[in-house]
Amino acid sequence: MRRKPLVAAVAVTAALTMGLSACGGGTGGSSSTTAAAFNAGVGKVFNPSDAKGGTIRIANSGDWDSLDPADTYYAYSWNFVRLYGRSLVMFASAPGADGAKLVPDLAESLGVPSDNAKTWTYKLRKGVKYEDGSAVTAKDVKYAVERSLDKDTYPNGPTYFNDFLDLQGYTSPYKDSDPNKLGLKAIDTPDDQTIVFHLLKPFSGFDYFAQLPATIPVPQAKDTGTKYKEHVVATGPYKFESNNLGKNFTLVRNDQWDPKTDPNRKALPDKYEVSLNVNADDIDNRLISGDLDVDIAGSGVQPAAQGRVLGDQALKANADSATVARIWYTSINGDVAPLDNVHCRRAVEYATDKVGYQNAYGGPTGGEIATNLLPPVIPGAEKFNQYPAGPDNKGDVAKAKEELQQCGQPNGFTTNIAYRSERPKEKASAEALQQSLAKAGITLNIKPFPTGDYFKLYAGKPDYAKSNGLGLMLNGWGADWPDGFGFLSQIVDSRVIRASGGNTNLSVKDPAVDALVDKALSTTDTAAREKTWVDVDKKVMDDAYVLPGVWAKGLLYRPKNLTNVFVTDGFQMYDYLALGTTRK
Amino acid sequence: MATYIVRRLIGAVLLLFVVSIVTFTIFFLVPRLGGATADDLASRYVGKTAGAEQIHQMAVKLGFTDPLWVQYGRFVGGLFVGADYSTGPTTVHCPAPCFGYSFITQNPVLPDLLDRLPVTLSLAAGGAVIWLLFGVATGVLSALRKGSVFDRAAMSVALAGVSLPIFFTGLLSLSIFSYGLGITPPGGSYVPFTENPLQWAYSLILPWITLAFLYAAGYARLTRAGMLETMNEDYIRTARAKGLPERTVVVKHGLRAALTPIVTIFGLDLGLLLGGAVLTESTFSLPGLGKYAVDAIVNNDLPKVLGVTLVAAAFIVFANLVVDLLYAVIDPRVRVA
Repeated sequence: MRRKPLVAAVAVTAALTMGLSACGGGTGGSSSTTAAAFNAGVGKVFNPSDAKGGTIRIANSGDWDSLDPADTYYAYSWNFVRLYGRSLVMFASAPGADGAKLVPDLAESLGVPSDNAKTWTYKLRKGVKYEDGSAVTAKDVKYAVERSLDKDTYPNGPTYFNDFLDLQGYTSPYKDSDPNKLGLKAIDTPDDQTIVFHLLKPFSGFDYFAQLPATIPVPQAKDTGTKYKEHVVATGPYKFESNNLGKNFTLVRNDQWDPKTDPNRKALPDKYEVSLNVNADDIDNRLISGDLDVDIAGSGVQPAAQGRVLGDQALKANADSATVARIWYTSINGDVAPLDNVHCRRAVEYATDKVGYQNAYGGPTGGEIATNLLPPVIPGAEKFNQYPAGPDNKGDVAKAKEELQQCGQPNGFTTNIAYRSERPKEKASAEALQQSLAKAGITLNIKPFPTGDYFKLYAGKPDYAKSNGLGLMLNGWGADWPDGFGFLSQIVDSRVIRASGGNTNLSVKDPAVDALVDKALSTTDTAAREKTWVDVDKKVMDDAYVLPGVWAKGLLYRPKNLTNVFVTDGFQMYDYLALGTTRK
Repeated sequence: MATYIVRRLIGAVLLLFVVSIVTFTIFFLVPRLGGATADDLASRYVGKTAGAEQIHQMAVKLGFTDPLWVQYGRFVGGLFVGADYSTGPTTVHCPAPCFGYSFITQNPVLPDLLDRLPVTLSLAAGGAVIWLLFGVATGVLSALRKGSVFDRAAMSVALAGVSLPIFFTGLLSLSIFSYGLGITPPGGSYVPFTENPLQWAYSLILPWITLAFLYAAGYARLTRAGMLETMNEDYIRTARAKGLPERTVVVKHGLRAALTPIVTIFGLDLGLLLGGAVLTESTFSLPGLGKYAVDAIVNNDLPKVLGVTLVAAAFIVFANLVVDLLYAVIDPRVRVA
């Protein structure tokens, strides 16, 4: 009963604003709009405003992995942490592809490489302070990176610094004999404003490491280890007012943050209230009713709300379909005969019903049919289709049978397909594959495994997968950041496969691919590097170790009171740094 | 009576001891029997890019490489003398009774439990009052007006209450009353009683009613059946023949006898709820023991699972003890040995 007048009011308001408002204003000269429409927040700023004040209310259906910058590994957390912490480099607060560009934050400029990209130097801005008024120094950044290396204490965070820095046996500042706990030789701080990283091997994309939350400075005297997450000392425009672990926390303005030192943040709201462990369906209801502003996970509304939003034009006008740097795919395990033969693997590629795979993930709303690995949202990515699935995209049985002939299996073969038992979309995908491959004579036995241990003990453990004949394994992968290395390194480089399990990739084991990865790592020219990552993609597809399924999309809902709403390609969700609210 | 209570309390402690062993065994021994190594178990508690060395270090840190009895002994030791834990730069002492530290969040478990207990207590107590009042009253009236429109309508509603899962009625009620009519607060709005009693009640009114709808239905049916049976007893006829007012016959003679099974069920239900109203807390995003337990199980967080299991078991044991003692009060025929 409340909705109709509300919808009418919104429609009138929208019509008026369409007529009255002009584009522009607000955010960095990007294109913008105030007219509510589906995808109004994709590629442009919706409802631009510089008005300050108000409280943004956020909910998370789970718990935060950690608010400690050293110990967090969720995209939403890396997006949000920029409100209270400043890393050396950050993703620009801008819509679309501009949001995937790196800009200096705590540093004055992007990193300066030397020694063939094995050494990277950053100069810190002057005048940046902690919330207690003390100055931030390069030593604090070094200490922050040092503590992030300690995976006994901070197990959740990424291991890029562990893997690439020339550690020389260094493990943790907590075991450091240096009286200042700054004994790591791989990082120099010649003065308070300069920090120099020494790598084991060339890495052209080190600026992506410099944007990790682990480079947010931590004052050594305030480091309380596992308890630091209870009160992170802020360098950003907001600081913690309260923090009830597992329940909620509040950020308020940090009066020691100086906007003159920070060209990247508008800091519009006065306050952020974040509730944790909130029922996911309830979050959607609250977003739609206006009782909540942001679902922090940024992965889109639940299936129940999805149907409701898409079926109601007024609600749909407040939604955005964001393409995500994530692919749902199937690993084709070359360790399991007869899939050790490339032609048998290609038969699987040709026989797959791509539409069925997409439908398993909710149809076009759930994602776009993937024909190769790199999602379109990755800078420099190219779409190509080496295994066309027929005119209706439902599988080319004739080509599949040709490949089976060359493989020496003219009558097809039988293998197992693994999926995560608690994931209905993966179950539906496995069933769709079972049906479509059967048309070419390939029989799939479906094997569910518990989600929690799927990679650690089963489909990500080489010995288990081989000895149990897991020929196909349903899989998903999201980029740590939108670039070839961030997306591909963990799923195509055979050298990251660990016998102990936990691998996302078991199938791609090609020295030529590894060589291309190395070439990309040492290429400092951006265009040439992006081209090399596409070459990696093409080689993997030629090997047919990966059956691409769907490039994921998320249906995001933006409540009407939010201003400066846009999807950033940096995190493939709303940019939390830019948001404001009209609700005072 | 005192001997009886002491005997029951000793039994309760032994039972909790057994519960802790069983929980510990399920968590650790069963995976081991399935072939999982200490490192396999530890791999759940490291980041997604962790290597073999890091996984093993975590196994050592969490004590998984020790024999099972040593690990259990450490847990029990923590309960009685406390334990020391490293936070990285320092070591902190977790005073007795120490339920250990979470494998995931690395926070001590006991403060978490104590923090969440008032939420569950509030939910269970308020819901119990409503369902007991409405359930028993409806059951009595239905029994007294057997076959009437009221009886049929009440039993139909009761059937619906028993049949509809709480995550359905909960979300539906939120959708109607919170997001549609706006007369109740949205989910996750819990306010502690100590902060504002009125807001506390306001924040819980919808969870209470939803929870009570489920339970009251069962109590109404149970009370109706009990009352129908009791009201046909000879002593009821005798009471009426003595000229006692109908109100006295129904309440003092009929309901009192029918209450015994209700009190038994009530004790069990309340005990279970105090250990965590899992679905209600999850649906209404209430930070109680039930939600805590679900998260702990999903994350394989043994110290949390153990803590909440022991608390839940303690409540059930205690509730049963209280019920047994109440028997003597309700039914004069019952006497403790």
